[in-house]
Amino acid sequence: MPKQKLFSGPVPFLKPAVFVGSLFPFVALTIRAVRGQLGANPIATGLNQLGLVALVFLVASLACTPLKLLFGWTWPIRIRRMLGLFAFFYALLHVGTYTGIDQGFDWKAILADVTQRKFIFVGFAAFVLLIPLAATSTDKMVRRLGFARWKLLHRLAYVAAILGVIHFVWRVKKDLSQPAVFAVLLAALLAVRIVDSLGWLRRAQPKVAHRNQLANVNPD
Amino acid sequence: MAKLPNEPSSEITPLPVYVRRREFIKNAALFAGTATAVGGGLLWVMSGGRADSPEPASPPPGAAPSASQEVNAEPVAPAAARSPYSTDEAMTPYKDVTGYNNFYEFGVDKTDPARNASKLRPRPWTVSIEGEVNKPQTLDIDTLLGWFPLEERIYRMRCVEAWSMVIPWLGFPLASLVKKVEPTSRAKYLAFTTLLDTNQMPGQRSHVLDWPYVEGLRIDEATHPLAMLATGLYGKNLPNQNGAPLRLVVPWKYGFKGIKSIVKIRFVEQQPPTTWNLAAANEYGFYANVNPEVDHPRWSQATERRIGEVRRRKTLPFNGYGEWVASLYTGMDLRRNF
Repeated sequence: MPKQKLFSGPVPFLKPAVFVGSLFPFVALTIRAVRGQLGANPIATGLNQLGLVALVFLVASLACTPLKLLFGWTWPIRIRRMLGLFAFFYALLHVGTYTGIDQGFDWKAILADVTQRKFIFVGFAAFVLLIPLAATSTDKMVRRLGFARWKLLHRLAYVAAILGVIHFVWRVKKDLSQPAVFAVLLAALLAVRIVDSLGWLRRAQPKVAHRNQLANVNPD
Repeated sequence: MAKLPNEPSSEITPLPVYVRRREFIKNAALFAGTATAVGGGLLWVMSGGRADSPEPASPPPGAAPSASQEVNAEPVAPAAARSPYSTDEAMTPYKDVTGYNNFYEFGVDKTDPARNASKLRPRPWTVSIEGEVNKPQTLDIDTLLGWFPLEERIYRMRCVEAWSMVIPWLGFPLASLVKKVEPTSRAKYLAFTTLLDTNQMPGQRSHVLDWPYVEGLRIDEATHPLAMLATGLYGKNLPNQNGAPLRLVVPWKYGFKGIKSIVKIRFVEQQPPTTWNLAAANEYGFYANVNPEVDHPRWSQATERRIGEVRRRKTLPFNGYGEWVASLYTGMDLRRNF
């Protein structure tokens, strides 16, 4: 049997496996919270971890197309929507923890935070941008909007990710090593998209790019 | 799991049973492997890229007693009379006081100091007292401790990051030491320095701050009866992660003023540089008095979370010590001198 490309054939296990794996942070945080294992400041820990995981998913969802462009892999495209929705799920938990538990629904303080603290403002903006993306994530919405408009709208994911990374950079007190990793990854992903839009990657891998153009919208 | 054999059974051509089973086992293994890889990777990122759990299971030897352990070691000083400066608020549990620390010399995560501070050797230890004093000297920490009776002070500690604790410190008023070494008339400020030793303080290999950590006080602040040098907490010697063997405690100022593991106290004429001010002058001032009216540029200082509580509480001017210390700053614009 010839050696197959990574996950190139039917991959029935892929989506359920990624789904289960993506729930690990939620399950782990819930268990630690219930057992009182989130440390001395559990609210701050939970808040930070949820934000971190949301950003990981956002960047991962944005990595799918570049991976296809670079290596011709199609399997990332099959889980792209799920990754994006998990980004929204964890961002929602992050914002909910901030609003409900950290601030105790003190809307005056929250409004002051969002309007006066630039790091909270950009984080909030990133979250708001994710709402229409989550809402239009279904096949039906892709058809209703038309693929071109849908695609344009979903470019907002890059804006949300950039704002998310800025939120992280402005949040940390001094040690920028973690946000820097996200910034570098995001810049690399953006670079691949830009290089691709200039037509350089298509010339390099014409077959792969064309074949997968079809798989772009409704990959499964 | 139900999706795994994704061909409806009606369409399956009669294949030898072992082939189907092989296919099923292969998919099940790939499912388990992928789920574990995705989930494990996420948990690894959450742990800050460490292999171990975010909470140290047991403290390093020679450091604090374990989280569940009762603090029952021999007190290093006879129980002192309750200081009039002590608060009667509920004290923060020992495990939190010794497990949640900002001490970048041992790592930037707040659980790092408890994990890494066992490398610090608080004995033998010398403290040098220099500058504008009649009696400059370098002395052993135990000599210094013999000079003054230790007393317990239960103080609020307000971190600039908007969380707070209540800590029973053991120590002596800084004013006693200042008096003992006889400052000259030119001594206007005290400049403190932490140990610089990358072997004992591995966090100093990172350039996150300029090492060694330095802090300073105006001499009238240093001689205020609330300012103390702490050598212990909860009735026993300071755990390394809390700044053993000698640290500053200035309860009306943000926690970062409380410089830890002090090796040098210099009396100077000019306002000395301070580490966080050097790192971000627009965010951390020299005075760093707790002030709910003056927000950190990136977050509000109006409220704080007391460790162990869910609801935020209002932050008090001078961390609630205004009746004693506000007069130190009469006529000063505390918005400018933040």
